[in-house]
Amino acid sequence: MKMLSTPRMERCIGCHSCSLACARLVHKRLSWDTAGIRIRSTGGLSTGFEAKPCLACDPAPCAAACPTGAYSQRKDGGVVVKKKLCIRCGACSRACPVDAIYLDPSGEPFVCIHCGRCVEFCPHDCLEMVEAPAPRAVDADRREARP
Amino acid sequence: MIRDYFRVLTVDLSTGRGRIEEIDGRTACAGGSGLAALLFSKTGLFDRTWDDPGQPLIFAIGPLTGYFPLMSKVVCAFKSPYHDQYAESHGGGRAALSLRFADLDALVITGKARRPSCLVVGSRTLEVKDVHYLWGKSVQRTGRILRRMVGGSGHRSILRIGPAGENLSAMACINVDTYRHFGRLGGGGVMGAKNLKAIVIVGDGSFDLPAGKEYSPLFQKIYGQVTETSMMDKYHNLGTPINVAVLNGIQALPCRNLQATSDPAIDGITGETFAERTLLRNTACAGCPVGCIHLGFVREKFGEPHEYLYRQVTYDHEPIFAMGAMLGVLDASQVLILLEIAEKMGLDVMSAGVALAWATEAFEKGLLSEEETLTPLKFGDAGAYGLAVKHLGEGANDFYRLLAQGTLKAAAKYGGTDFACVLGQEMGGYATGEVFFVSQALGLRHSHLDAGGYSYDQKQKGKDVAQAVEFLVQDEKARVLLTSMVSCLFAREVYKETVLADCLNAVGYRDLAQNTGDLARRIQKMRWQIRLKTGFDPGSVQIPERFKQVVTWKGPLDTEYLDSLQKAYTQQIREMGKSDESGS
Repeated sequence: MKMLSTPRMERCIGCHSCSLACARLVHKRLSWDTAGIRIRSTGGLSTGFEAKPCLACDPAPCAAACPTGAYSQRKDGGVVVKKKLCIRCGACSRACPVDAIYLDPSGEPFVCIHCGRCVEFCPHDCLEMVEAPAPRAVDADRREARP
Repeated sequence: MIRDYFRVLTVDLSTGRGRIEEIDGRTACAGGSGLAALLFSKTGLFDRTWDDPGQPLIFAIGPLTGYFPLMSKVVCAFKSPYHDQYAESHGGGRAALSLRFADLDALVITGKARRPSCLVVGSRTLEVKDVHYLWGKSVQRTGRILRRMVGGSGHRSILRIGPAGENLSAMACINVDTYRHFGRLGGGGVMGAKNLKAIVIVGDGSFDLPAGKEYSPLFQKIYGQVTETSMMDKYHNLGTPINVAVLNGIQALPCRNLQATSDPAIDGITGETFAERTLLRNTACAGCPVGCIHLGFVREKFGEPHEYLYRQVTYDHEPIFAMGAMLGVLDASQVLILLEIAEKMGLDVMSAGVALAWATEAFEKGLLSEEETLTPLKFGDAGAYGLAVKHLGEGANDFYRLLAQGTLKAAAKYGGTDFACVLGQEMGGYATGEVFFVSQALGLRHSHLDAGGYSYDQKQKGKDVAQAVEFLVQDEKARVLLTSMVSCLFAREVYKETVLADCLNAVGYRDLAQNTGDLARRIQKMRWQIRLKTGFDPGSVQIPERFKQVVTWKGPLDTEYLDSLQKAYTQQIREMGKSDESGS
């Protein structure tokens, strides 16, 4: 399955069109918070911008942390979200190692579902849907190179 | 948030407390310019001076803010330190979306804080912080420190002033998110008078989408127009600095205090040169995919053998005209260095550049000496101007403190009124002719953007006074509608009146959409009524002699045409500013 990647963020102009598109088209909200991709400066506007998207972990710590099955493992990385099952506990957000899950004031989590709707709204082609990388070899099978 | 009233937060800095009010008037005033005028009419102290602690400082967004691309501006309104009358200044950055997501149609700030303060507002936040330790700090340093103090990175707007604002300069701007400004007519001085070093607006709310199916497809259509067609290319590509070479080529670029309208060495500061030699990257206001903000960089050697620093500075046509052509500084890097000093000081670069151009000519003519200017001023001497900009921002002596109140105020004392390039305030970067000069001199904001007089001068060959004045009135009306939504004026070719009506309909403001013509006319009138009530007399405006000596591609300026235009436009403004039957 494809996943959202942010390979050219150095081109980002900080227009927030991606976040606004995700909120508008996926979550039916007017927002730059309740979105699967959010933009911030990397330390003041003079230093450019960074995205805070889901990195499509596999296995996903957020899915493992979810006590109700609202978040479950997505094939090739990331999560499948069933909002109806969510009890707003915030465990997913706490478990995310890269702060990619936004909790709104009611505790509702918002995370990228790798649908790619945001991509066409980036005026500078910062975003791209890519095939998930091939699974890495399990450590036990890896042969260590020695001098 | 779609609602048939305005949700306004008013904060009294003297108590640190605020109140949320629901104010009627959406259908009559829309938002932005209309809302600012409504709020000033309710809270402004018409009979007291601009620095009275009770005067309001107003920031207003509009019904389409955040809902469509380029609906990304904020209208700031206040009684101006420059002329002690009603003023509007417009700014972008993240301020508009931050106000939207703070769930505020407007923020009104009254009172004076006991100590230098920072106001923090959000959808769930109101705090007045003591930041006495930031007083005296530059705009940039203040921003850096505040970024560490307040959360919400990426989704907040940081408005702040520099030393110029603290010194109550009438040329002090309010910096927005480092690269944008409420530049003109001294909004920074108003913050200074309130002991308000900074405002942080945290946009931490969100809303349901408008009901109905029209909204998302219409958004998509407009988004396509601004990103996939050539409509906005000019702004993203070279940006407004493309005008430098164009205006120079037609002898319409104010040079060396408007002693000339072109310069043979202009190549050093054209938009093309800035792009080739200095452009680092583009950036954008939140909610605008165009990205018209051009950041240039300067590399400076500060030590041997290889000690360098670099600066990032935003540039546009107007700053390049003011700190470049007007001062005879014709090197892009030197212009950027001057712009950065003005940014640090929190000065409006247009006013500062034009004021120093007058000071240079006054110095050359012996009206000023080094006792006043502290450094000898000479056209082209960027080093001297670097010092002078700093002196102006800091109010280094009586002369600079007076100059910071406006070039004409200094000229009244030292002489040189005839060559002060002031059209209501220090001129914009267009010496296109009679219509522009009258447009800025009498315009409500004294801005080059009040109406397209510069364009009319270039396109119309005749000298039909009635036609020209009708153009100014109608074009101002069209722009007032945009600035009540609040759109960036760069999108004026996209957001024609019918498109705005479609947008208003799509988000649910059907009453507003029904008669945008009447709405625009009403807001235009409201603004003029307030401006006149605060003391503006269009008949008393003097256009200095220097403008009458201008020679453009059309030949020498026609003073008779200029005078006729001024009289006719004055009459129109008085008509628009008349109280209506309800006595408002």
